Amino acid sequence: MIEKQSSNSRGLYIIDDGDRGLFKVARTAFVEPQVFAQEQKRIFERCWLYLGHESEVAKPNDFVTRAIAGRNLIFNRDGKGVINAFYNTCTHRGAFVCREARGSSKMFQCFYHGWVFSNEGRLIDQPGKDAYPDKFNEDGSSNLARVERLENYRGLYFINYDRNAISLDAYLGGVKEYIDLVMDQAETGMEVVGGTQQYAIDANWKLLCENSIDGYHAATTHATYMDYLANTAGSMTNVGMGGGGKQLGGGHAVIEYSAPWGRPVAQHVPAWGEDGKKDVAAIMDRLTQKYGEERARRIGLMNRNILIFPNLVLNDIMAVTLRAFYPLSPDRMHVNAWAIGPREESGAMRERRLFNFLEFLGPGGFATPDDVEALEMCQRGYKNLRGVAWNDISKGMLREKPGTSDELQMRAFWRQWNNLMTAQEAAE
Amino acid sequence: MSQTMQKEAASPAMTRHDFEDFLYLEAALLDEWRLNEWLALFTDDARYMVPSTDCTDASTPANSLFYIADDRFRLGERVVRLNKKMAHAEWPRSKTRHTVHNVRIRSVEGNAYAVTCNFVTYRTKNDITNTYIGHHEYKIVVGPDGPKIAEKRSILDLDSIRALGKISIII
Repeated sequence: MIEKQSSNSRGLYIIDDGDRGLFKVARTAFVEPQVFAQEQKRIFERCWLYLGHESEVAKPNDFVTRAIAGRNLIFNRDGKGVINAFYNTCTHRGAFVCREARGSSKMFQCFYHGWVFSNEGRLIDQPGKDAYPDKFNEDGSSNLARVERLENYRGLYFINYDRNAISLDAYLGGVKEYIDLVMDQAETGMEVVGGTQQYAIDANWKLLCENSIDGYHAATTHATYMDYLANTAGSMTNVGMGGGGKQLGGGHAVIEYSAPWGRPVAQHVPAWGEDGKKDVAAIMDRLTQKYGEERARRIGLMNRNILIFPNLVLNDIMAVTLRAFYPLSPDRMHVNAWAIGPREESGAMRERRLFNFLEFLGPGGFATPDDVEALEMCQRGYKNLRGVAWNDISKGMLREKPGTSDELQMRAFWRQWNNLMTAQEAAE
Repeated sequence: MSQTMQKEAASPAMTRHDFEDFLYLEAALLDEWRLNEWLALFTDDARYMVPSTDCTDASTPANSLFYIADDRFRLGERVVRLNKKMAHAEWPRSKTRHTVHNVRIRSVEGNAYAVTCNFVTYRTKNDITNTYIGHHEYKIVVGPDGPKIAEKRSILDLDSIRALGKISIII
């Protein structure tokens, strides 16, 4: 049987052989500067990229500054309550107009020559204004420049540097179903919990795309985490691991599965005690009333590792994390990770959520440091690419229903990456 | 001998010098990877925390995402993990050098001392040296067995941990 969407092709970067059940990726894709340069143009300047969550700019005048694919942006809510994305650069000579990571401000003043912009982006004052013509900035070209596109889906704000990009809604397509399952945990919406994990990995960014939806590596890479769970009284239910991977179109992919750990939605573990049991039961009741039993069980009990092409991971596991990452060079990426939870969540449930998060996730957790080590060792291994040129991502390719530890979801990513990187383009 | 004096003799007042000795011992145990002995410096209800770099003094592990927020059980499991070869991030083991300085006793309540110190911890692995800079805030209780750490909060003087990559050692 040929895997659905297999192109049965042998290209520069991938071999996608549905007949033989073989899928290979060229290691050049992880190391070559020209691949990196082409990715900037064809992926990071064309795809929708995650900017931030609406709760980070909850009140009028709130702002956050953030680098997205190498460009420095201001994400803010202006005085009228409208959410914006601006380029953080003075239209006069270029300096940052905002040098703080977050805060609240009605205006942004460039300290170099003192130009002042409203938080709606309008140039409202320049020292020595009388030296400029009356009609200066009549066309608005000296206002703060807006990022070409800004759209949101369920509170997740994305930007696109391509003015002509398709809508975010169309771009997300099949992955919206899974974003909904995560967001529907909350009655009053999800919010970002304070505290951002901002780290870096000396490896190609695509290795983290693979790793974030890789069910195959857990038993060996995360052996010490599994030991920890086994040693911890009451940390597990008797639910087994089981589920499968899916390609969702457009390079988006997911694995959805049951697992023994506690979920601070509706999978209780003994360590949470009687109070935790009551909290979980109340959430399950509310979900069942609103969505019916089947969907409520899926929201409450199933785990999801979601890859939103190209570089956003939404993992709804023992806690919920948003993780966005950007390549700085072929062998280095910056990673930002946040915890999100329901706005209405009780203090006790929030505490369980954050405690859960840190046992597995993040660069100080029991698992992520070992992922980082694995990715960095892969990158080092690619120094041998003249001797060993191809990676294998074939697992489960001939199976009717690929499981969570198969590699269908990674093939989904690579097929889209390959489409974008190798499409014939007249303009280039 | 009066009763008050006998009590004092049972848990003698600690000086800065005493805490310096104690913190130097802690640093040496970490550098020598004698982690079980290091763990024995902590009380049974101890906590070890490394807040994210955008956290404030008011941030707690209950309301904010930290890098590390261990209760005593999980701290013990962290040691169990680091003692294994399967802790891949720390195998082969990195070389570390923990330095502590500017040790100050900030307040005393009964036998509980708030002690702060600056730190620079170096970690070398795969020919790369990472430098962890910041200050530790300790709660140390002094009992019949001497001082024990009830809380250690390690606050990094960094804007992010991009230069470090990860926090796979105890800092």
